[in-house]
Amino acid sequence: MCGIIGVIDKTRSRMDGSKIKAALSLMNERGSGDGAGYAAYGIYPDYADCYALHVFFDNMAEPKTKVEEILHYWGTVVHQEEIPTFEQPGLKRVHTPWRYFFKPFDDMIGGKVGSEKDIIKHIVMEVNSSIDGALVFSSGKNMGVFKASGWPEDVANFYRIEDYEGYIWLAHNRYPTNSPGWWGGAHPFNLLDWSVVHNGEITSYGTNQRYVEGYGYKCTLLTDTEVVAYLFDLLGRQHELHTETVVKALAPPFWDEIDRMPPAKEGLYRTIRMTYGSALMNGPFAIVVASNEGIVGFTDRIKLRPLVVGENGDMLYISSEESAIRVIDPEVKNIRTPRAGEPIIGRFNA
Amino acid sequence: MSLGSIPPKYKVSIDRDQCMDCGRCIENCSYGTFRRDGDKILIQSRKCTACLRCVSMCPRDAISLTENPVDYRSHPLWTRDAREDIIKQARSGKIILAGMGNASNLPSIFDRLLLDACQVTNPSIDPLREPMELRTYIGKKPSKLEFKKTEAGDVELATKLSPNLKLETPIMIGHMSYGAISLNAHLSMAKAAKETGTFMGTGEGGLHRELYPYQGNMIVQVASGRFGVNVDYLERGAAIEIKIGQGAKPGIGGHLPGEKVSAEVSRTRMIPLGSDAISPAPHHDIYSIEDLVQLVRSLKEATEWKKPVFVKIAAVHNVAAIAAGIARSSADAVVIDGSRGGTGAAPKVFRDHVGIPIEGAIASVDQKLREQGTRNEVSIIASGGMRNSADLAKSIALGADAIYIGTAALISMGCRVCGNCYRGLCPWGIATQRQDLVDRLDPEQGARQVSNLIHAWTLELSELMGAAGINSIESMRGNRDRLRGYMLDEGILEVLDVKNAGA
Ligand code: SF4
Ligand code: SF4
Repeated sequence: MCGIIGVIDKTRSRMDGSKIKAALSLMNERGSGDGAGYAAYGIYPDYADCYALHVFFDNMAEPKTKVEEILHYWGTVVHQEEIPTFEQPGLKRVHTPWRYFFKPFDDMIGGKVGSEKDIIKHIVMEVNSSIDGALVFSSGKNMGVFKASGWPEDVANFYRIEDYEGYIWLAHNRYPTNSPGWWGGAHPFNLLDWSVVHNGEITSYGTNQRYVEGYGYKCTLLTDTEVVAYLFDLLGRQHELHTETVVKALAPPFWDEIDRMPPAKEGLYRTIRMTYGSALMNGPFAIVVASNEGIVGFTDRIKLRPLVVGENGDMLYISSEESAIRVIDPEVKNIRTPRAGEPIIGRFNA
Repeated sequence: MSLGSIPPKYKVSIDRDQCMDCGRCIENCSYGTFRRDGDKILIQSRKCTACLRCVSMCPRDAISLTENPVDYRSHPLWTRDAREDIIKQARSGKIILAGMGNASNLPSIFDRLLLDACQVTNPSIDPLREPMELRTYIGKKPSKLEFKKTEAGDVELATKLSPNLKLETPIMIGHMSYGAISLNAHLSMAKAAKETGTFMGTGEGGLHRELYPYQGNMIVQVASGRFGVNVDYLERGAAIEIKIGQGAKPGIGGHLPGEKVSAEVSRTRMIPLGSDAISPAPHHDIYSIEDLVQLVRSLKEATEWKKPVFVKIAAVHNVAAIAAGIARSSADAVVIDGSRGGTGAAPKVFRDHVGIPIEGAIASVDQKLREQGTRNEVSIIASGGMRNSADLAKSIALGADAIYIGTAALISMGCRVCGNCYRGLCPWGIATQRQDLVDRLDPEQGARQVSNLIHAWTLELSELMGAAGINSIESMRGNRDRLRGYMLDEGILEVLDVKNAGA
């Protein structure tokens, strides 16, 4: 099951998290109280040029020292603090959420590490695969993920999500089936600017995992969704493909459709499928992915999970349910359900 | 002291009450097991190979056959085989030849790998209602896409694809040469390959002119003997395969006995009539990986870079590193032939003791290529003892792009795996050049049977994928998450990178 929401204000006007909380809570039928989370973009304008690293610490001793050893090797911590949280009766605190605003050293770039972002990717993979008791769950610029095990309201109140203002919001209400109800397993999943909320199960996970692991990504979160963030990072950032092309690689048209296309288009789609066969995502899913450029929502190739889209002026809403969209914006227009595999893209106005 | 004869392997008997004395068994047995003596049919069991031709042709089901009618004193170490091999060698002083695949009774890994299916949390897909995509491209793929801006300012794809073979099903027919098998067997398989949208290997015996109409579905082989190879031959194939070794006898060459070199075989192979065709163990122009790289390039030059070039190796201990070297040449696919691969004749000691099973080889090759970032540079074709659609599905889940079938295709034409191919008397018209025997195999009928088999496996593969919630073969490939091991030890599970059943 699971319920998902993605919202973008294309004018970059920021909205606080209260309506998202209300909308997500409306879909409690789709969750089980085992996990919920929010991602918001534009929330750290004072540190907009730093990578905001959100980390779950099991204790503040050894894991924190080890994480900081890695951070100090690769760059400077501009600021760090505990993420403010507020005890909720229905939510059992198992980690301490912490945030670092971090800048990598430019002179560490070289060889396999081609950019600042490669450094951040390396740090995330290193911490998550080798340090017990520490998990980086958010690592983009001017954005952050807030998640925990619990019902959407409790998680929102735990982080006081209404205190954050963002121009993109993603939210997820979880009914876990394939990984334990641990905090790291809650959505959104994030790497660098990419955040993913996902409803469904990826039956091609083993193939996708083997594929991204060949490029140095390490799947450590015991769930299929993290691989989507890595696929977007690999295809969208490293291979520099447009969002439309990434979606066409992950959920391509059937060969029958490709065969019927005019020659140039046929060549393009055939090449995409042949090149990125291992990135194709199979199984039932509806997904919304956000980055600092916008959001994109799409479903699997035969649409085995629901996805609804609505618009209102510069607002674009994507969700599992129309009713959730109506909670955020009762005036919403153009409600429609996209076709299987069709990318729904919301970008900021130029 | 004479060694005497070893006990007969089979005992054939006729139920005389049932027998109608039609004489079909006499006609059908090319080994001379049956003979008429007045109004009685005499049986010489010692000549029987258990090809079961007589049994399947007898209108009265009167013939019965038992294996090992005479027992030795049982002994766990000194098995029947061990004792008989020694007796044979004491007599002959020679290498023991044996046919078909590995006959040692080591457990199959495939049989201890289990496939997955969906329940509740994700729906299985019904291939009768939803599209199920098995289309497979064999050849180099780009590792990423590049786009360029045109003068008009449009964005256009800059990546060019290398030539690939387009398969409608991931089942191909492996290389069995004309010479080792008959023209009618070749024709049957070639027609079936064309009909099912797949490809078939010529083997190292050249391409007979009657197969020209099917050349678009043929992969022409270049082996160490270079039989039948010239530019015309290379040009005709849809792809070219360099054979370095084969799973049934890694490290040694081949031998087609002169009796099988008929006029047609001699013309097709470009060798003298009746001469033994010996393929040397190594290619005499390949003594290291650089030499292979050059041969791949020369074949590509000769065919103007229009055809994919495959390299076939036997699955030996170091198979992953060798495949990685091949991936760095301009080769487009690597064929790995596992130790259970069949053959007309191989020294028994090689057949049963040299090389590793295909399951471990696929797993380690796929892993190595991914580690080195060259998995897209070559396709992986797995072969060697593929018995059914489950072996196929498991091969793909371990990381293969496609499989070659060999023995299975022969069985679909009538072969009963008697293991006497090297004698050239195959009563099913398959492994023989004797015209009266060859005529027993009707190419139209044979083609129908081979394509039925490919269709059936393809259907079963679709069902297995649908049950696993997968509608495209790409998502099955390397999806080891959908396999579990049962009664496999930790070491093998680690090589296969597969979890235990229940984990
Ligand atoms: S084929 Fe059968 S029925 Fe005919 S002669 Fe032989 S045993 Fe008798
Ligand atoms: S092909 Fe070989 S194994 Fe099969 S029946 Fe003929 S001789 Fe026997």
